[in-house]
Amino acid sequence: MQKVYGTAGEALKGLLFDGMFIASGGFGLCGIPEILLQAIKDAGAKNLTFASNNAGVDDFGIGILLESRQVKKMISSYVGENAEFMRQYLSGELELEFNPQGTLAERMRAAGCGIPGFYTKTGVGTIIADGKEHKDFNGETYILEESLFADLSIIKAWKADETGNLIFRKTARNFNPPAAMCGKVCVVEVEEIVPTGSLDPDLIHLPGIYVHRIIQGEHEKRIEQRTTRPAA
Amino acid sequence: MWDRDQMAARAAKELEDGMYVNLGIGIPTLVSNYIPEGINVTLQSENGMLGMGPFPLEGEEDSDLINAGKQTITELPQTAYFDSATSFGMIRGGKIAMAILGAMEVAENGDLANWMIPGKLVKGMGGAMDLVSGVGRVIVVMDHTNKHGESKLLKECTLPLTGKSVVDRIITNLGVLDVVSGGLEIIECADEISEQEIRSATEAKIVN
Repeated sequence: MQKVYGTAGEALKGLLFDGMFIASGGFGLCGIPEILLQAIKDAGAKNLTFASNNAGVDDFGIGILLESRQVKKMISSYVGENAEFMRQYLSGELELEFNPQGTLAERMRAAGCGIPGFYTKTGVGTIIADGKEHKDFNGETYILEESLFADLSIIKAWKADETGNLIFRKTARNFNPPAAMCGKVCVVEVEEIVPTGSLDPDLIHLPGIYVHRIIQGEHEKRIEQRTTRPAA
Repeated sequence: MWDRDQMAARAAKELEDGMYVNLGIGIPTLVSNYIPEGINVTLQSENGMLGMGPFPLEGEEDSDLINAGKQTITELPQTAYFDSATSFGMIRGGKIAMAILGAMEVAENGDLANWMIPGKLVKGMGGAMDLVSGVGRVIVVMDHTNKHGESKLLKECTLPLTGKSVVDRIITNLGVLDVVSGGLEIIECADEISEQEIRSATEAKIVN
Protein backbone atom coordinates (compact mmCIF):
# COMPACT_ATOMS: atom_id res chain seq x y z
CA MET A 1 0.00 0.00 0.00
CA GLN A 2 1.26 3.42 -0.96
CA LYS A 3 1.46 5.67 2.12
CA VAL A 4 3.48 8.54 0.66
CA TYR A 5 1.48 11.46 -0.76
CA GLY A 6 2.69 14.48 -2.69
CA THR A 7 0.93 17.26 -0.78
CA ALA A 8 -0.96 17.78 2.47
CA GLY A 9 -4.15 18.43 0.51
CA GLU A 10 -3.84 15.07 -1.28
CA ALA A 11 -3.02 13.27 1.98
CA LEU A 12 -6.17 14.65 3.66
CA LYS A 13 -8.44 13.96 0.67
CA GLY A 14 -11.56 12.03 1.69
CA LEU A 15 -10.72 12.24 5.40
CA LEU A 16 -12.22 15.59 6.41
CA PHE A 17 -15.86 16.29 7.25
CA ASP A 18 -17.75 18.93 9.22
CA GLY A 19 -18.15 18.18 12.92
CA MET A 20 -15.27 15.70 13.05
CA PHE A 21 -12.93 15.03 15.97
CA ILE A 22 -9.21 15.51 15.29
CA ALA A 23 -6.31 14.68 17.64
CA SER A 24 -3.20 16.78 17.04
CA GLY A 25 0.35 16.32 18.27
CA GLY A 26 2.64 19.07 19.52
CA PHE A 27 3.46 20.97 22.70
CA GLY A 28 3.21 24.73 22.41
CA LEU A 29 4.54 25.34 18.89
CA CYS A 30 7.07 22.51 19.19
CA GLY A 31 6.38 19.47 17.01
CA ILE A 32 3.02 20.66 15.70
CA PRO A 33 1.72 19.44 12.33
CA GLU A 34 1.91 22.94 10.88
CA ILE A 35 1.51 21.93 7.22
CA LEU A 36 -1.53 19.71 7.84
CA LEU A 37 -3.21 22.41 9.94
CA GLN A 38 -2.81 24.85 7.03
CA ALA A 39 -4.27 22.23 4.67
CA ILE A 40 -7.30 21.74 6.95
CA LYS A 41 -7.79 25.49 6.89
CA ASP A 42 -7.61 25.48 3.10
CA ALA A 43 -10.06 22.54 2.86
CA GLY A 44 -12.56 24.50 4.97
CA ALA A 45 -13.96 21.71 7.20
CA LYS A 46 -16.03 23.32 9.99
CA ASN A 47 -17.30 22.66 13.53
CA LEU A 48 -14.13 20.76 14.36
CA THR A 49 -13.29 19.39 17.79
CA PHE A 50 -9.57 19.31 18.50
CA ALA A 51 -7.78 17.36 21.20
CA SER A 52 -4.47 19.20 21.43
CA ASN A 53 -2.42 20.16 24.47
CA ASN A 54 -2.36 23.81 23.37
CA ALA A 55 -4.19 26.02 20.90
CA GLY A 56 -1.25 27.59 19.07
CA VAL A 57 -0.75 31.34 18.83
CA ASP A 58 -2.84 33.81 16.88
CA ASP A 59 -1.22 33.25 13.49
CA PHE A 60 0.36 29.80 13.82
CA GLY A 61 -0.68 26.28 14.68
CA ILE A 62 -4.34 25.71 15.57
CA GLY A 63 -4.59 29.50 15.88
CA ILE A 64 -5.06 29.76 12.12
CA LEU A 65 -8.18 27.54 12.35
CA LEU A 66 -9.56 29.62 15.20
CA GLU A 67 -9.07 32.73 13.10
CA SER A 68 -11.17 31.17 10.31
CA ARG A 69 -13.82 29.97 12.84
CA GLN A 70 -13.44 26.31 11.91
CA VAL A 71 -13.10 25.08 15.51
CA LYS A 72 -16.13 24.33 17.69
CA LYS A 73 -14.39 22.79 20.68
CA MET A 74 -10.91 22.41 22.15
CA ILE A 75 -9.81 19.69 24.59
CA SER A 76 -6.54 21.08 26.01
CA SER A 77 -4.49 21.50 29.17
CA TYR A 78 -3.17 25.03 28.61
CA VAL A 79 -4.35 27.71 26.20
CA GLY A 80 -2.75 30.87 27.52
CA GLU A 81 -0.88 32.12 24.46
CA ASN A 82 -3.72 32.89 22.07
CA ALA A 83 -5.72 36.14 22.17
CA GLU A 84 -8.26 35.11 19.50
CA PHE A 85 -8.87 31.87 21.39
CA MET A 86 -9.66 33.83 24.55
CA ARG A 87 -11.95 36.21 22.68
CA GLN A 88 -13.98 33.35 21.17
CA TYR A 89 -14.04 31.43 24.45
CA LEU A 90 -15.20 34.38 26.56
CA SER A 91 -17.89 35.28 24.00
CA GLY A 92 -19.22 31.68 24.08
CA GLU A 93 -18.37 30.92 20.44
CA LEU A 94 -15.87 28.23 21.40
CA GLU A 95 -16.28 25.31 23.79
CA LEU A 96 -13.33 24.41 25.97
CA GLU A 97 -12.70 21.26 27.98
CA PHE A 98 -9.67 21.55 30.25
CA ASN A 99 -7.84 18.29 30.86
CA PRO A 100 -4.82 17.81 33.11
CA GLN A 101 -1.90 17.33 30.73
CA GLY A 102 -1.11 13.75 31.72
CA THR A 103 -4.77 12.80 31.66
CA LEU A 104 -5.03 14.19 28.11
CA ALA A 105 -1.97 12.22 26.97
CA GLU A 106 -3.25 9.01 28.59
CA ARG A 107 -6.77 9.46 27.15
CA MET A 108 -5.11 9.42 23.71
CA ARG A 109 -2.69 6.57 24.43
CA ALA A 110 -5.37 4.40 26.04
CA ALA A 111 -7.74 4.86 23.08
CA GLY A 112 -4.99 3.67 20.76
CA CYS A 113 -4.52 0.60 22.95
CA GLY A 114 -8.20 -0.32 22.95
CA ILE A 115 -8.71 0.77 26.56
CA PRO A 116 -11.94 2.82 26.81
CA GLY A 117 -11.20 4.36 30.21
CA PHE A 118 -8.78 4.33 33.12
CA TYR A 119 -8.65 5.35 36.76
CA THR A 120 -6.29 8.10 37.92
CA LYS A 121 -5.62 10.06 41.10
CA THR A 122 -5.07 13.21 39.04
CA GLY A 123 -7.82 15.73 39.76
CA VAL A 124 -9.42 13.93 42.72
CA GLY A 125 -10.97 16.58 44.99
CA THR A 126 -10.93 19.23 42.22
CA ILE A 127 -13.55 20.46 39.74
CA ILE A 128 -12.05 18.04 37.20
CA ALA A 129 -13.57 15.17 39.22
CA ASP A 130 -17.11 16.60 39.17
CA GLY A 131 -19.57 14.09 37.71
CA LYS A 132 -16.94 11.38 37.24
CA GLU A 133 -17.06 7.90 38.76
CA HIS A 134 -14.92 7.58 41.90
CA LYS A 135 -13.46 4.25 42.96
CA ASP A 136 -11.13 3.23 45.77
CA PHE A 137 -8.13 0.97 45.17
CA ASN A 138 -5.92 -0.02 48.12
CA GLY A 139 -7.35 2.75 50.28
CA GLU A 140 -6.86 5.56 47.76
CA THR A 141 -9.52 7.29 45.67
CA TYR A 142 -9.31 7.47 41.88
CA ILE A 143 -11.55 8.91 39.17
CA LEU A 144 -12.56 7.33 35.88
CA GLU A 145 -11.33 9.14 32.76
CA GLU A 146 -12.65 8.05 29.38
CA SER A 147 -10.37 7.64 26.39
CA LEU A 148 -10.38 9.87 23.31
CA PHE A 149 -11.20 8.03 20.09
CA ALA A 150 -10.55 10.48 17.25
CA ASP A 151 -11.74 10.41 13.64
CA LEU A 152 -8.34 11.63 12.47
CA SER A 153 -4.85 12.04 13.91
CA ILE A 154 -2.50 14.68 12.53
CA ILE A 155 1.09 14.62 13.74
CA LYS A 156 4.60 15.78 12.95
CA ALA A 157 7.75 13.64 13.04
CA TRP A 158 11.36 14.18 12.02
CA LYS A 159 11.86 11.24 9.67
CA ALA A 160 9.67 8.54 8.20
CA ASP A 161 10.46 5.61 5.98
CA GLU A 162 8.03 4.75 3.17
CA THR A 163 6.14 2.31 5.44
CA GLY A 164 5.50 4.99 8.09
CA ASN A 165 8.04 3.97 10.71
CA LEU A 166 8.77 7.24 12.52
CA ILE A 167 11.61 8.92 14.34
CA PHE A 168 11.02 12.11 16.31
CA ARG A 169 13.62 14.66 17.34
CA LYS A 170 14.25 15.83 20.94
CA THR A 171 11.23 17.33 22.74
CA ALA A 172 9.29 17.63 19.46
CA ARG A 173 8.10 14.07 20.18
CA ASN A 174 5.75 15.16 23.02
CA PHE A 175 2.08 14.44 22.20
CA ASN A 176 2.75 13.12 18.69
CA PRO A 177 2.90 9.36 19.45
CA PRO A 178 -0.22 9.26 21.67
CA ALA A 179 -2.11 11.53 19.24
CA ALA A 180 -1.11 9.24 16.37
CA MET A 181 -2.41 6.19 18.21
CA CYS A 182 -5.91 7.45 19.03
CA GLY A 183 -7.25 8.18 15.53
CA LYS A 184 -8.99 5.93 13.01
CA VAL A 185 -6.60 7.34 10.42
CA CYS A 186 -3.25 9.03 11.08
CA VAL A 187 -1.59 11.47 8.70
CA VAL A 188 1.99 12.47 9.47
CA GLU A 189 4.12 15.28 8.11
CA VAL A 190 7.88 14.84 8.29
CA GLU A 191 11.00 16.78 7.47
CA GLU A 192 12.41 13.88 5.48
CA ILE A 193 11.09 10.64 3.98
CA VAL A 194 13.90 8.12 3.71
CA PRO A 195 13.95 4.80 1.81
CA THR A 196 12.54 1.80 3.64
CA GLY A 197 15.43 -0.06 5.23
CA SER A 198 17.54 3.00 5.97
CA LEU A 199 16.23 3.49 9.54
CA ASP A 200 17.62 1.23 12.27
CA PRO A 201 14.65 -0.98 13.30
CA ASP A 202 15.88 -0.86 16.92
CA LEU A 203 15.56 2.92 16.95
CA ILE A 204 12.01 3.40 15.59
CA HIS A 205 9.96 5.58 18.00
CA LEU A 206 6.54 4.82 16.49
CA PRO A 207 6.02 1.81 14.20
CA GLY A 208 4.30 2.34 10.88
CA ILE A 209 1.20 0.37 11.88
CA TYR A 210 -0.07 3.64 13.41
CA VAL A 211 0.66 5.71 10.29
CA HIS A 212 -1.53 5.68 7.17
CA ARG A 213 -0.47 8.65 5.09
CA ILE A 214 2.84 10.54 4.94
CA ILE A 215 3.93 13.85 3.46
CA GLN A 216 7.28 15.57 3.45
CA GLY A 217 7.46 19.36 3.71
CA GLU A 218 9.33 22.47 4.73
CA HIS A 219 8.69 23.40 8.37
CA GLU A 220 8.91 26.87 9.86
CA LYS A 221 9.38 25.37 13.37
CA ARG A 222 8.74 28.66 15.13
CA ILE A 223 10.24 29.24 18.62
CA GLU A 224 7.74 30.52 21.20
CA GLN A 225 10.10 31.63 24.01
CA ARG A 226 13.62 32.14 22.74
CA THR A 227 15.74 32.05 25.90
CA THR A 228 19.53 32.11 26.06
CA ARG A 229 22.27 32.33 28.66
CA PRO A 230 25.11 34.85 28.45
CA ALA A 231 28.43 33.59 27.09
CA ALA A 232 30.83 32.88 29.98
CA MET B 1 13.23 37.80 55.27
CA TRP B 2 14.31 35.84 52.19
CA ASP B 3 14.26 37.21 48.65
CA ARG B 4 13.42 35.09 45.58
CA ASP B 5 16.96 33.77 45.24
CA GLN B 6 17.24 32.93 48.93
CA MET B 7 13.93 31.07 48.76
CA ALA B 8 15.23 29.14 45.75
CA ALA B 9 18.51 28.41 47.56
CA ARG B 10 16.57 27.13 50.58
CA ALA B 11 14.42 24.93 48.32
CA ALA B 12 17.59 23.53 46.72
CA LYS B 13 18.56 22.12 50.14
CA GLU B 14 15.60 19.73 49.79
CA LEU B 15 17.38 17.96 46.93
CA GLU B 16 19.12 14.66 47.58
CA ASP B 17 21.76 12.95 45.49
CA GLY B 18 20.28 10.83 42.71
CA MET B 19 16.82 12.38 42.78
CA TYR B 20 14.63 12.85 39.72
CA VAL B 21 12.91 16.22 40.21
CA ASN B 22 10.40 18.43 38.41
CA LEU B 23 10.75 22.20 38.85
CA GLY B 24 7.81 24.51 38.13
CA ILE B 25 7.83 27.94 36.51
CA GLY B 26 8.94 31.08 38.43
CA ILE B 27 11.03 30.86 41.62
CA PRO B 28 11.20 27.03 41.35
CA THR B 29 13.12 27.42 38.07
CA LEU B 30 15.79 29.35 40.00
CA VAL B 31 16.36 26.31 42.24
CA SER B 32 18.59 24.77 39.55
CA ASN B 33 21.08 27.63 40.13
CA TYR B 34 21.60 26.52 43.76
CA ILE B 35 21.98 22.74 43.59
CA PRO B 36 24.53 21.96 46.34
CA GLU B 37 28.04 20.70 45.52
CA GLY B 38 28.17 16.90 45.33
CA ILE B 39 24.41 16.53 44.80
CA ASN B 40 23.48 15.19 41.39
CA VAL B 41 19.83 15.55 40.48
CA THR B 42 18.13 14.89 37.16
CA LEU B 43 15.57 17.49 36.15
CA GLN B 44 12.45 16.36 34.36
CA SER B 45 10.63 18.55 31.87
CA GLU B 46 7.14 17.12 31.57
CA ASN B 47 6.91 17.78 27.83
CA GLY B 48 9.17 14.75 27.46
CA MET B 49 12.71 14.99 28.78
CA LEU B 50 14.89 13.82 31.66
CA GLY B 51 18.24 15.55 32.11
CA MET B 52 17.38 19.16 31.31
CA GLY B 53 20.42 21.36 30.70
CA PRO B 54 20.84 25.16 30.92
CA PHE B 55 19.53 27.72 28.45
CA PRO B 56 21.48 27.67 25.17
CA LEU B 57 24.06 30.24 24.10
CA GLU B 58 22.78 32.72 21.57
CA GLY B 59 22.81 31.08 18.14
CA GLU B 60 22.51 27.57 19.59
CA GLU B 61 18.73 27.63 20.14
CA ASP B 62 16.93 24.58 18.75
CA SER B 63 13.19 24.82 18.06
CA ASP B 64 12.88 21.08 18.78
CA LEU B 65 14.33 21.46 22.29
CA ILE B 66 12.18 23.34 24.80
CA ASN B 67 11.11 23.03 28.43
CA ALA B 68 7.57 22.93 29.80
CA GLY B 69 7.56 26.74 29.86
CA LYS B 70 8.26 26.63 26.09
CA GLN B 71 11.73 28.17 26.63
CA THR B 72 14.67 26.96 24.56
CA ILE B 73 17.00 24.72 26.61
CA THR B 74 19.90 22.30 26.07
CA GLU B 75 20.56 18.62 26.67
CA LEU B 76 23.13 16.90 28.87
CA PRO B 77 25.12 13.65 28.45
CA GLN B 78 22.49 11.73 30.45
CA THR B 79 19.46 13.24 28.67
CA ALA B 80 16.62 10.99 27.53
CA TYR B 81 13.58 12.01 25.46
CA PHE B 82 10.14 10.37 25.48
CA ASP B 83 6.54 11.11 24.60
CA SER B 84 3.98 12.90 26.79
CA ALA B 85 2.13 9.72 27.78
CA THR B 86 5.39 8.16 29.01
CA SER B 87 6.34 11.42 30.72
CA PHE B 88 3.14 11.55 32.74
CA GLY B 89 3.34 7.81 33.27
CA MET B 90 6.52 8.36 35.29
CA ILE B 91 4.84 11.26 37.12
CA ARG B 92 1.60 9.39 37.85
CA GLY B 93 3.56 6.26 38.68
CA GLY B 94 5.45 7.99 41.50
CA LYS B 95 8.87 7.70 39.84
CA ILE B 96 9.57 11.44 40.16
CA ALA B 97 10.79 11.95 43.72
CA MET B 98 9.85 15.60 44.12
CA ALA B 99 8.09 18.53 42.53
CA ILE B 100 8.92 22.11 43.53
CA LEU B 101 6.24 24.53 42.40
CA GLY B 102 4.57 27.87 43.06
CA ALA B 103 1.09 28.42 44.54
CA MET B 104 -1.65 30.98 45.07
CA GLU B 105 -2.96 29.32 48.26
CA VAL B 106 -2.09 26.37 50.50
CA ALA B 107 -4.43 25.10 53.23
CA GLU B 108 -3.45 23.64 56.60
CA ASN B 109 -4.43 20.15 55.39
CA GLY B 110 -2.12 20.41 52.36
CA ASP B 111 -4.74 21.44 49.79
CA LEU B 112 -3.14 23.40 46.96
CA ALA B 113 -4.63 26.04 44.64
CA ASN B 114 -2.46 27.36 41.84
CA TRP B 115 -4.30 27.21 38.52
CA MET B 116 -7.51 29.22 38.46
CA ILE B 117 -9.06 32.43 39.75
CA PRO B 118 -12.83 32.41 39.04
CA GLY B 119 -13.85 35.42 36.96
CA LYS B 120 -10.32 35.92 35.69
CA LEU B 121 -8.72 34.60 32.55
CA VAL B 122 -8.08 30.87 32.99
CA LYS B 123 -5.15 29.54 31.02
CA GLY B 124 -5.38 25.94 32.19
CA MET B 125 -3.78 23.59 34.68
CA GLY B 126 -1.15 22.21 32.30
CA GLY B 127 0.60 19.38 34.13
CA ALA B 128 0.17 20.74 37.67
CA MET B 129 -2.69 18.43 38.73
CA ASP B 130 -0.84 15.36 37.48
CA LEU B 131 2.37 16.41 39.23
CA VAL B 132 0.93 17.17 42.66
CA SER B 133 -1.09 13.95 42.79
CA GLY B 134 1.69 11.78 41.38
CA VAL B 135 5.15 12.69 42.64
CA GLY B 136 6.68 11.50 45.90
CA ARG B 137 6.98 14.85 47.65
CA VAL B 138 5.45 18.27 46.86
CA ILE B 139 7.33 21.40 47.94
CA VAL B 140 5.61 24.77 47.47
CA VAL B 141 7.73 27.91 47.14
CA MET B 142 5.74 31.15 47.37
CA ASP B 143 5.43 34.46 49.19
CA HIS B 144 3.87 34.09 52.62
CA THR B 145 1.27 36.80 51.95
CA ASN B 146 -0.43 38.24 48.87
CA LYS B 147 -0.05 41.80 47.64
CA HIS B 148 -2.73 42.95 50.10
CA GLY B 149 -0.70 41.49 52.98
CA GLU B 150 -3.16 38.61 53.51
CA SER B 151 -1.93 35.14 54.39
CA LYS B 152 -1.62 32.64 51.53
CA LEU B 153 -1.45 29.83 54.12
CA LEU B 154 -5.11 29.34 54.92
CA LYS B 155 -7.46 27.21 57.01
CA GLU B 156 -9.19 26.33 53.72
CA CYS B 157 -8.39 27.33 50.16
CA THR B 158 -10.84 29.81 48.63
CA LEU B 159 -9.76 29.15 45.03
CA PRO B 160 -10.50 25.99 43.00
CA LEU B 161 -8.05 23.26 44.01
CA THR B 162 -5.18 21.83 41.99
CA GLY B 163 -4.88 18.93 44.44
CA LYS B 164 -6.39 17.74 47.70
CA SER B 165 -4.01 17.18 50.65
CA VAL B 166 -0.98 17.07 48.39
CA VAL B 167 1.53 19.59 49.83
CA ASP B 168 4.31 18.31 52.12
CA ARG B 169 6.42 21.42 52.74
CA ILE B 170 6.02 25.18 52.15
CA ILE B 171 9.00 27.51 51.72
CA THR B 172 8.06 31.19 51.92
CA ASN B 173 9.92 34.47 52.27
CA LEU B 174 9.35 34.11 56.06
CA GLY B 175 10.43 30.51 56.61
CA VAL B 176 9.74 26.82 56.18
CA LEU B 177 6.57 25.04 57.32
CA ASP B 178 5.51 21.39 57.07
CA VAL B 179 1.99 20.07 56.64
CA VAL B 180 1.50 17.73 59.62
CA SER B 181 -1.44 16.14 61.39
CA GLY B 182 -3.74 18.94 62.57
CA GLY B 183 -2.08 21.88 60.79
CA LEU B 184 1.28 23.41 59.89
CA GLU B 185 4.52 23.06 61.82
CA ILE B 186 7.20 25.76 61.71
CA ILE B 187 10.47 24.08 60.69
CA GLU B 188 12.70 27.09 60.16
CA CYS B 189 12.56 30.89 60.24
CA ALA B 190 14.03 33.08 57.50
CA ASP B 191 16.88 35.47 58.34
CA GLU B 192 15.79 37.99 61.00
CA ILE B 193 12.25 36.58 61.15
CA SER B 194 10.84 35.28 64.44
CA GLU B 195 8.40 32.42 64.95
CA GLN B 196 5.96 35.03 66.25
CA GLU B 197 6.18 36.96 62.99
CA ILE B 198 5.39 33.77 61.05
CA ARG B 199 2.44 33.06 63.35
CA SER B 200 0.95 36.51 62.94
CA ALA B 201 1.31 36.35 59.13
CA THR B 202 -0.37 32.91 58.94
CA GLU B 203 -4.11 32.20 58.93
CA ALA B 204 -3.65 28.41 58.90
CA LYS B 205 -3.40 26.64 62.25
CA ILE B 206 0.16 26.27 63.50
CA VAL B 207 0.55 23.25 65.74
CA ASN B 208 3.96 23.76 67.38
